[in-house]
Amino acid sequence: MKRLFNYLGERLNKISSLKLTFLAVLSALVVGAFIIVVSDIDNLRDGDIVGALSTVGSAYWALVVGSFGSLRAISNTINSSTPLILCGISVAVAFKAGLFNIGATGQMLAGGMTALWVGFAMDGPGYIQVPLAIIAGAVGGAIFGAIPGILKARTGAHEVITTIMLNNIAAFLILWLLKTNLFQREDRTDPISKLVSTQGRLPRLFGFLDGRADLIAHIGFIIAIGAVLAYWWFLKYSTTGFEFRAYGLNADAATYAGMHVKRLTVLSMMFAGGFAGLAGAAEVLGTYGYASTNFAGNIGFDAIAIALLGQSSPFGTLVAAVLFGALQAGGRQMQTNSDVPIDLIIVLRALIVMFIAAPLLVKTIWRTKNATITAGQTFRGWGS
Amino acid sequence: MKLELRGITKRFPGVVANDNVNLTLNTGEVLALIGENGAGKSTLMSVLYGMYQPDEGQILVDDQVVQFSSPADAIEAGIGMVHQHFMLVPVFTVAENVVLGVEPTGRLGKLHIDEARKMVREISEKYNLDLDPDAIIEDLPVGVQQRVEIVKVLLRDAKVVVFDEPTAVLTPNEILEFFEIINTLVKAGRGVVFITHKLKEALNVANRISVLRRGKVVGAADPATASESQIAEMMVGRPVQLTVEKKVAQAGEVVLNVNDLTVLDADGRTHVEGVSFNVRSGEIVGIAGVQGNGQTELVEALTGLRKATGGTITLDGKDLTNSDPRERHSLGMAHIPEDRQRQGLVGGLSVAENLVLTRYHDDQFSHGLVVDWEAANAVSDTLISEYDIRTPSKETGVGTLSGGNQQKVIVARELSRDLRLTIAAQPTRGVDVGSIEYIHSRIVQERDAGTAVLIVSTELEEVMALSDRLLVMYRGKVVAELDPTKVTPMEVGLYMAGSRPDGVVQK
Repeated sequence: MKRLFNYLGERLNKISSLKLTFLAVLSALVVGAFIIVVSDIDNLRDGDIVGALSTVGSAYWALVVGSFGSLRAISNTINSSTPLILCGISVAVAFKAGLFNIGATGQMLAGGMTALWVGFAMDGPGYIQVPLAIIAGAVGGAIFGAIPGILKARTGAHEVITTIMLNNIAAFLILWLLKTNLFQREDRTDPISKLVSTQGRLPRLFGFLDGRADLIAHIGFIIAIGAVLAYWWFLKYSTTGFEFRAYGLNADAATYAGMHVKRLTVLSMMFAGGFAGLAGAAEVLGTYGYASTNFAGNIGFDAIAIALLGQSSPFGTLVAAVLFGALQAGGRQMQTNSDVPIDLIIVLRALIVMFIAAPLLVKTIWRTKNATITAGQTFRGWGS
Repeated sequence: MKLELRGITKRFPGVVANDNVNLTLNTGEVLALIGENGAGKSTLMSVLYGMYQPDEGQILVDDQVVQFSSPADAIEAGIGMVHQHFMLVPVFTVAENVVLGVEPTGRLGKLHIDEARKMVREISEKYNLDLDPDAIIEDLPVGVQQRVEIVKVLLRDAKVVVFDEPTAVLTPNEILEFFEIINTLVKAGRGVVFITHKLKEALNVANRISVLRRGKVVGAADPATASESQIAEMMVGRPVQLTVEKKVAQAGEVVLNVNDLTVLDADGRTHVEGVSFNVRSGEIVGIAGVQGNGQTELVEALTGLRKATGGTITLDGKDLTNSDPRERHSLGMAHIPEDRQRQGLVGGLSVAENLVLTRYHDDQFSHGLVVDWEAANAVSDTLISEYDIRTPSKETGVGTLSGGNQQKVIVARELSRDLRLTIAAQPTRGVDVGSIEYIHSRIVQERDAGTAVLIVSTELEEVMALSDRLLVMYRGKVVAELDPTKVTPMEVGLYMAGSRPDGVVQK
């Protein structure tokens, strides 16, 4: 724990890079407000600027209430954040080693399916089946993640291309698997899987509160927090983590120093796949209890933005993922309370990423002086 | 024309790059601007050339205050700059490169290339530059490319020409030719500013010398009377040992044996061809040569970063032709790489992390899969004080240190292991005088402790001073083995250029 606190202290010292991140989020909210006003045609037509501005106020207030305003809101935020944290770490760990993992979606699907199989093929007891299913998810994701790593190490195939392609392969593989007798639910003709046995489901996080069926958050969140801590420890204290960092920052120097860079390439993609596989397991075993063709949704791609926002650091990625999760949870409330569509959330996320990617722009807008621009590792690997 | 910089101050976040600098230059004279890396020479010249605006101070041309908001303004005022890295299009001809940006054109923008060729020929004859306007740049030696840059500047009618480290890329003979060109320029009434950190050259060509240290002009020297050590002391701020002090080598058994080594690249081009030599314990073998004659590839093959296509490499009799870098490290091979930023260091990691970059996996620094950072930090503290690495702390990012201190981090890391063989490529490139002195003395110390040392450097003076035996590489082959105490730099220079002087005993 002492090490953890020391680390957090160090992070706070890097306040200027945090400040830029904060300002980027703020800038996105300001531009978002402008978009809400402009799209609020009813009020604008009447020349009611105050009315338009109040729409902004109620929309943003709904975001806050919908994400943190009640136990249910917090549960929703946690539930949305869980796969984002795990996939965020997946992308981040590859970034740290200088690789660009666009394949979190495919790895998540792969991990979800292996976890699912353990989930319905076994029937309890939970304290054995649940850990087994989770491990199966991580292994499934890691194996699927290793493929682009091996391709890169052996043939030099760029991981951006191979991971994108493997996403498609995973999507169609799952479409096929869900139609096989092994996976398809007996009474269905559409691609939908058998149900995870009751013992195999991840326990609810707020299960101790009887009768609150609306609190859907599950212990996948604890797994995610554990993954963040593991990632932090791995980077800081393990020899392999040190190798990842050196390799990601300067591949030539890593080679010079005698590191086995091909092994590191495969290993980093395996780790990335493992974390994404955990996300798949958490969704299948926790949130849904079964698998459909698109249980991974857009999470693998949102994770890229999250790792970017968090500068691939363990806690930065965690915070960014919770922010995105909160936006998601709050967005639904916003759509209900004020007529601002949930699509604004997508716009906000895109704006945040844009402002993060353009630190000079943020510096100019807010006139911050002497704030160091830390483009960071996240920007490496593009097209290289 | 008279050029004057008055009270120039330029600040960057955290540093004052130029602090109230005053300089004057008249046409018809050579001013050498000398100082260590980071002393502010380049910043000052960027201010003069309109690339930076000074925070305080003025630039005066013929006693009139002028303002340069871009290089175009400076060129307009008659100031020309020859950069250290040439700004030439490799696939264009000399004439095309020279007129780039000021092309003589006819109606509808038709390029009059004949006129361009005529202009190149005229300038070339007037200043005795011997340039063929139709030669393609990439076919020309570096020294000739530099002359193309000079023609570019002269064509734009520069009264004052600034040369930024012009001799760094030249062979000894090209340097002499370059000095002649400078003399011609001065005789033709141009002024020359010569930026360098090489004392000998400044003394050779300059009429006046100004010394810059930490952004300030700390003194001026008259080349007729000043000595090298006086100027070096001004540059560094303390007395400096300029020559390498070493005893006669006590060479022992053969440590490194290279036999008929051949290295091809992926495209099948030969970089090293049938090279054989050995290095014995307790001696320093130097490899001289103009950059790009296979030294880089030789070192990479010796250290395991590149595959040897043919031949063998043995260390203490053990064949390691096909072993990876880590195995070579563990057998006692140290490697100070030629490009410290690309290979030797991870700029984004801390000083302490870089100090264990090749050693973190040793039992001393790791238990199983866990790095023992306490042990690594303790060793880092020792090395930082032992090697006098000037860093705010061991947690500081190594990329923020000066070149000399970065090099000391590498030297400290590599020489603090148990060694049989040290391979040092360009060990003092871009390193200030004070650090050069230190690095040289450490290398000699290593030799005296019984390590075999191989030095590869394009700085002829450096290899000649350090080596006990000297090999010269030309086009991938070792063309001579010489006794550095018995040859002159000019003779070695001839071997480096591929010819064989008479009267020198061949291997």
